[in-house]
Amino acid sequence: MALLMFINQFLRDIKSQKLRTFLTLFGIIWGTTAVTLLLAFGEGLHAQISKASHGLGDKIVIMWPGRTSKPFQGLSKGRVIRFKEEDAFLLQKEIIQMGQISPEYNEWSVQVKYKKNVFSQNVTGVYPVFADMRNMIPEEGGRFINALDIKNKKRVVFLGDKLKNDLFKEEAALGKYVFINSTPFLVVGVMNEKKQDSNYSGRDAYKAVIPATTLSAMFGRRYLDNMVFKPRDPKQNEYVKEKVFEVLGKKYRFDPEDKEALMMWDTTEMDKFFNYFFYGMRVFLGILGAFTLIVGGIGVSNIMNVVIEERTREIGIKMAVGAKRIFILSQFVFETLLITFIGGAVGFLISWGILSIFPMFKLEQYVGTPTFSASVAILATLILGLIGFFAGFFPARRAASLNPIQALRL
Amino acid sequence: MIEIIGMTKVYTTGKVNVEALRGIDLKIEKNDFISIMGPSGSGKSTLMNIIGCLDTPTQGEYHLEGMKVAELDPNRLADIRNQKIGFVFQNFNLLPYATAFENVEIPLIFKGDSFKKRKARTEELLEIVGLKDRMDHKPTELSGGEMQRVSIARALACNPSIILADEPTGNLDSVSGAEIIEIFVDLWNKGHTIAIITHDTKISSRTQRIIKLLDGMIVDGGGA
Ligand SMILES: Nc1ncnc2c1ncn2[C@@H]1O[C@H](COP(=O)(O)OP(=O)(O)O)[C@@H](O)[C@H]1O
Ligand SMILES: [Mg+2]
Repeated sequence: MALLMFINQFLRDIKSQKLRTFLTLFGIIWGTTAVTLLLAFGEGLHAQISKASHGLGDKIVIMWPGRTSKPFQGLSKGRVIRFKEEDAFLLQKEIIQMGQISPEYNEWSVQVKYKKNVFSQNVTGVYPVFADMRNMIPEEGGRFINALDIKNKKRVVFLGDKLKNDLFKEEAALGKYVFINSTPFLVVGVMNEKKQDSNYSGRDAYKAVIPATTLSAMFGRRYLDNMVFKPRDPKQNEYVKEKVFEVLGKKYRFDPEDKEALMMWDTTEMDKFFNYFFYGMRVFLGILGAFTLIVGGIGVSNIMNVVIEERTREIGIKMAVGAKRIFILSQFVFETLLITFIGGAVGFLISWGILSIFPMFKLEQYVGTPTFSASVAILATLILGLIGFFAGFFPARRAASLNPIQALRL
Repeated sequence: MIEIIGMTKVYTTGKVNVEALRGIDLKIEKNDFISIMGPSGSGKSTLMNIIGCLDTPTQGEYHLEGMKVAELDPNRLADIRNQKIGFVFQNFNLLPYATAFENVEIPLIFKGDSFKKRKARTEELLEIVGLKDRMDHKPTELSGGEMQRVSIARALACNPSIILADEPTGNLDSVSGAEIIEIFVDLWNKGHTIAIITHDTKISSRTQRIIKLLDGMIVDGGGA
């Protein structure tokens, strides 16, 4: 009976207090939606940028030939230090913390041809581990260069996805032959599309990748363009880089302290930058979210405050005609809970809805895929609900603890 | 049925104490029809609020149907306000956002009546006060006399034996006032105990007994 009474009361009050109910609901819906979307887009952007920044490779070091800047053991400065394929094996053998290492040759502007489609592209010669370090993942059914290809100097090619499209259009490429400088190469794999926001020898999407051994034989190359390596543990990057200077310094006779003898690009440094950047962004979004909640909370509690006078009178009237304190307070609590619940649910659905139709706008490449977080939505709702509850509960409790006549006079 | 002995009420506002009631002795029997008169500020409303269990006295005893009101807990008092006493205010005290129907229905909700029972009773009450055709109107869409009839219907909702009215015609024109008075006379004839505060001798002359208040004391009509 008591429950029936609350519900009767509640439904009637909600119905007759449309504006008050609507405003409170709106405050909660707005706050929940705003905070959820804000954080979703923030996270999406984060994921997007960090994915793109790893398109080049994850925690790798790229090393190019350099020029000595110090005289060493009677040798003058200014010598060019170049390295060869076998140096990769030497480094792998000498440095136990070296995880993966691949030599890399690049031949620029090589003619790549399929039927009538001819393109001038960058052909890269590497070892199998290159794929893993540089996040070059074959599409379904295909593969990267393997050890046998290296050993037998096979004429096989792994195509970047854009280059494949240019050459083959809609046609399947696997198992077909492309001509590289008039030599036929079997297509063994096509790269999965990937985001790549930095590069050093052209974007992978446009490359033709062949075994390093095939390339050096075909183009008569003795020296590498560069090497790519990845220590077992990114924390050991500094140590491994020093060791590389030591090992190659010994072989090519330069001072291991001569930092210009070899050029290195450590992408973990970029990661560090991104981590700081995103830490800053999180703090910023957090503050923004907190302000949104505060503003929403002020809105909700203001509405509560605006109605307190009205509510106090209403409580006085209800008590004068026989309402018990507990009914009045329970009704208030019930009302707040329900409004919060409905407001939160609507906010939840709106943000979820926006985020699910968002991919239709095809904006992912700019802002990433915003990810809906149920816990953020629920937390935002709870905070707003609590603010509204406390803003309204104490005045309501005060009014309910007075004599009816006192409540009527307030 | 109502017995008040040595009742005082002191309002404390800041440093000033106002003695609104200064030793009231009063008896009201079942089916009495009394009017309370006296100059403004003499304590009429204060007395009636206490009788209606809307306020508490500073000192003195109040027996309602043999119960010592001072000893009743708040829930019991709420039940009394709900079912034993109907209160009619000078300024109506209707919920502004609720319709006439909904205003009259409120006490029935607190009583715990089912929806069907409430609907039938509310319509019956609005019929009694002659507002059946206006039950969907909000207070702002009603005249003063109509609002007062709504509040009388509300006071009657749970069929209380006692009806208290604090200047029920004070805000009304004389025609509406006269209609309201007829409603009270009718209720008296049906067996309700009625007390009305009024300045109007046309009203007090219809009652059985006139209690005169002056400076918080009864100067005439206190005994049964
Ligand atoms: N809530 C209150 N606080 C302080 N003084 C009050 C209060 N209510 C009434 N009074 C004072 O008590 C006295 C009696 O008031 P009231 O009972 O309203 O008189 P009446 O209804 O006869 O005009 C008056 O002097 C009035 O000013
Ligand atoms: Mg008065």
